[in-house]
Amino acid sequence: MTYEIVIGLEVHLQLNTKSKVFCGCSTDFGSAPNTQTCPVCLGFPGSLPVLNRQALELGVRVAIALSCRIAKEIRFDRKNYFYPDLPKNYQISQFDQPLAQHGNLSIEILQPCGLQDEPSAMAQKNIRIRRVHLEEDTGKLFHQKDYSLIDFNRSGIPLLEIVSEPDMNSPEEAYSYLTALKSILEYIDVSDCNMEEGSLRCDANISIRKKGDSALGTKTEIKNMNSFKGVKAALEYESKRQMDSLEDGKRIIQETRLYNAEKCVTEPMRSKEEAHDYRYFSEPDLAPFDFEESLLEKIHKGIPELPEPKKNRFIKDYRLSNYDAAVIVSDKDTADYFEKCANLYVNPKAVANWLMGDISAYIKENSVSIKDLNLKPERLSDMLKMIDSGVITGKIAKTLLIEVIKTGIDPRKLVKAKGLEQISDNNLLENAISETIAENQKSVNDFKNGKDNAVMFLVGRVMQKTKGRANPNKVNEMLREKLKGVK
Amino acid sequence: MAINKDTVKYTANLARIELSDEELDHFTGQLDKILAYVDKLNTLNVADLKPTSHVLKMKNVYREDAVKNSLPVSGAIKNAPLAENNLFKVPKIIDIEA
Amino acid sequence: MELNTLTAHNLMELLKKGDICPIDICNNIINKIEKTEKSLCALAHFDKEKVLERCSNLSKGAEKGALWGIPIFIKDNICVEDELTTCSSKILKGFKPPYNATVIDKLTGLDAILMGKTNMDEFAFGSSTETSCYGPTRNPWDLERIPGGSSGGSAAAVAGDEAIFALGSDTGGSIRQPAGVCGVVGLKPTYGRVSRYGLIAFASSLDQIGPITKDVEDAAILLKAISGHDEMDSTSADMPVPDYLSGMKKSIKGLKIGVPEEYFIEGMDKEVKNSIKVAIEKLEKLGAVCEDTSLPHTEYAVSVYYLVATAEASSNLARFDGVQYGLRADNIKSMIDMYKKTRKQGFGDEAKRRIILGTFALSSGYYDAYYSKALKVRTLIKMDFDKAFQKFDAIVTPTSPTAAFKIGEKISDPLTMYLSDIFTISANLAGIPGISIPCGFTKNNLPIGLQILGKPFDEETILRIAYNYEQNTDWHRIKPRLI
Repeated sequence: MTYEIVIGLEVHLQLNTKSKVFCGCSTDFGSAPNTQTCPVCLGFPGSLPVLNRQALELGVRVAIALSCRIAKEIRFDRKNYFYPDLPKNYQISQFDQPLAQHGNLSIEILQPCGLQDEPSAMAQKNIRIRRVHLEEDTGKLFHQKDYSLIDFNRSGIPLLEIVSEPDMNSPEEAYSYLTALKSILEYIDVSDCNMEEGSLRCDANISIRKKGDSALGTKTEIKNMNSFKGVKAALEYESKRQMDSLEDGKRIIQETRLYNAEKCVTEPMRSKEEAHDYRYFSEPDLAPFDFEESLLEKIHKGIPELPEPKKNRFIKDYRLSNYDAAVIVSDKDTADYFEKCANLYVNPKAVANWLMGDISAYIKENSVSIKDLNLKPERLSDMLKMIDSGVITGKIAKTLLIEVIKTGIDPRKLVKAKGLEQISDNNLLENAISETIAENQKSVNDFKNGKDNAVMFLVGRVMQKTKGRANPNKVNEMLREKLKGVK
Repeated sequence: MAINKDTVKYTANLARIELSDEELDHFTGQLDKILAYVDKLNTLNVADLKPTSHVLKMKNVYREDAVKNSLPVSGAIKNAPLAENNLFKVPKIIDIEA
Repeated sequence: MELNTLTAHNLMELLKKGDICPIDICNNIINKIEKTEKSLCALAHFDKEKVLERCSNLSKGAEKGALWGIPIFIKDNICVEDELTTCSSKILKGFKPPYNATVIDKLTGLDAILMGKTNMDEFAFGSSTETSCYGPTRNPWDLERIPGGSSGGSAAAVAGDEAIFALGSDTGGSIRQPAGVCGVVGLKPTYGRVSRYGLIAFASSLDQIGPITKDVEDAAILLKAISGHDEMDSTSADMPVPDYLSGMKKSIKGLKIGVPEEYFIEGMDKEVKNSIKVAIEKLEKLGAVCEDTSLPHTEYAVSVYYLVATAEASSNLARFDGVQYGLRADNIKSMIDMYKKTRKQGFGDEAKRRIILGTFALSSGYYDAYYSKALKVRTLIKMDFDKAFQKFDAIVTPTSPTAAFKIGEKISDPLTMYLSDIFTISANLAGIPGISIPCGFTKNNLPIGLQILGKPFDEETILRIAYNYEQNTDWHRIKPRLI
């Protein structure tokens, strides 16, 4: 039987504000327990919430970036349920008049048929966003052996809930959705998007149905996933579990399951879940908020070019492949860096290669960000120009790059100081070649006996002798010329 | 009857109040009487009316994003029935739910 | 002189002249409390030593606040830093908030002396102050009778001269009704006039803090002291606070006053009805133009109120769960067990009843039929007043359908108890201000209250009518003889 997987994701995002959403307590991460609390976020009796305008504006930024329809008037509601991390036993959230609805997010997926990893196999898919709403975060529970402890520092931090429609049909698509979403959120600078610190959290709804069926199957809700990879792994496990169940003639039970990252499985919650009856009603302590056009316009203007349009522009303006462009725009700083270099230097493709190759490797190895990297775009483009004009070889450039990053010295000066210029003096090359031929008689013989490859070995030896400063093409040429004459 | 014992029991559970059988009987009768009285609202046609949840016109009340002093942690936990290391202490909770 | 029997404005004059010191007033009050509190039970928390300490800590410099040296009592649902604030409920046993309500900061900023906390119906759920965990407060005019509620402690303390004046809170009449049945002045301000920050919420869309005083002038003084915009309360109105004291002294000649026929219902006390009629005649003599009018949806007010107020209360009171403060039940097996047992032991009958009713009104399957419908009818009630105030400057009605009833008379029949709020509830639903002033006595010597309702944020006009009436009558000068 062929099944179709149906996935919807709920992302909770902590917004980057200085103070909490309804009180003035700091949102700093990692402070001592209950030191960032006040009567409001502790839910003490008599305290009242006052909306942090910045939280609302960041929410609107997200809504605009996801092409949502923003409500004319928004209201806050109380979501009533008892839980010890919820100090008032209700959460201020939004129910029937959320911040925004009906958005879209375009994700990159692999074409079902076609060659994998080939640029041509990438395709776009639109995932609809159902709603975006603002709410307050809860406190944090620490479970001990016989009891639990509560820290309310996190209570009241602004959270944005972004709910997708069930438009994803594979764990890979879910992963791609999260990557694309994170990329946008970083572009518009609204959140740290750090899953380990909990500033981005994700729950999934997943069901399967027979291919071609229009009705949705019974879904399960998956929680407790701590990374994007974890989301993918959990959904892979869960979709297989559901398929196996159906194959065995069993029914899927609608339930919440927790992902166990150690065992890579989803497990039903141990506690009995009660039917939810949240008794939403309009929060009487907060006034409704009307969005004036001028405010929306102001926020709109503050939003930078987003990954998707940027990618298309890079393809058009810089003639990058879809793949290269997608990789480069996935991070805003990288994209900005690329664009600066591409404006200083004629060959954008070469910039892209360096960015995705040696520079990206260096960044990963040394865990620095491109923003903090000690390599100004001017320096990189100077270096690339030196390669083009034959001042240095590509090979030397690789070591030079690291040297420039480490020392911060102008590459031109470094090349001079260290004598890294490409050897263009034929006499010097002649000497190196003659020596190499004399020292590697076996390879010379091999070449003479028709092993053309042997010349490559000899080129390598010459390069070694010249510490990479020789132009390999020229060496090749001269070697072949010389070998002709050798008896 | 507007309300029966099962509904009162369900509702009390939602509100996390334990009721004795006696209380359950007692409250069911009283609530039924109150709801019967409240039924007079059904004589009105309210289809075209907007609900009033905020009685006086007000909108766009907010504060700027500025950090203010929090309570000293001693003030935050001084009323706690049980605390440990400045954390509120409660019975064990099964399962992690975000 | 028994300073405790005087009004705040009398005392302010004496203090200004230097005839008396704040400690003299406090000592008079302490003496009176020691004499009568046992039979009155008007106070929830009172600590003599603390009062004396505050008295000696009063600023002695030239810069004196407007209420310098004037003692004030506070209803037990208003937070005072490091002082017991329990809403007369077991569930808040021992709770000392680490913060002040905004009104408290305002009062202490004006150098008033905080005396202590007054008794109330548990969480302000009641019209008789019988549901307090500290036992029922008694009416100074007849100790067998209720002092009204839920601010019964404040009203009884003021009427019984244990207090100069006091703060109450009014969600459905909880200031006006006790003021009415205790023969003192009680004012519920417009919703948003006084900050609710630090008032432990009963029904957030209805609650207001207001003064309970011995005369109208004191009500104006106290209202002025606590009014004004507060950035800690999003529902607090950013509106100027007028000078009530000078505004109210203007004549009421030509003011148009509506008398709604729905407030003279069958079954209401004839003596009450007559007193109100006489009072209206008095107002006409003073130059006001009184005319019959109609607020057609009045009969639905109690229904709307008991759905809206209990729904909000069910959510507001969810936080009392034994986690962070107050009572926590012993011998608990689990988290849910802790919630249920704590709330079973901590809440009294009326609190449980209202929480369950409110939870029910909001719960899935019943929301539309009850809560949502109530909010729509609330719109009609509001529209009634909007329409009436196009024509009238104020509306007068009785404060309650009867004078004080006997303790125990209605406590076992919640619906009958709820109906005693029938004349005061509409003002909260519409958000408008209202004042109750003494306007006579029954033949059993029980006070009768006249209610004056005004336009939103027009406390000035109702104070003006009240003041003019009071200046031309003696009701407010008559003191209870029983104690």
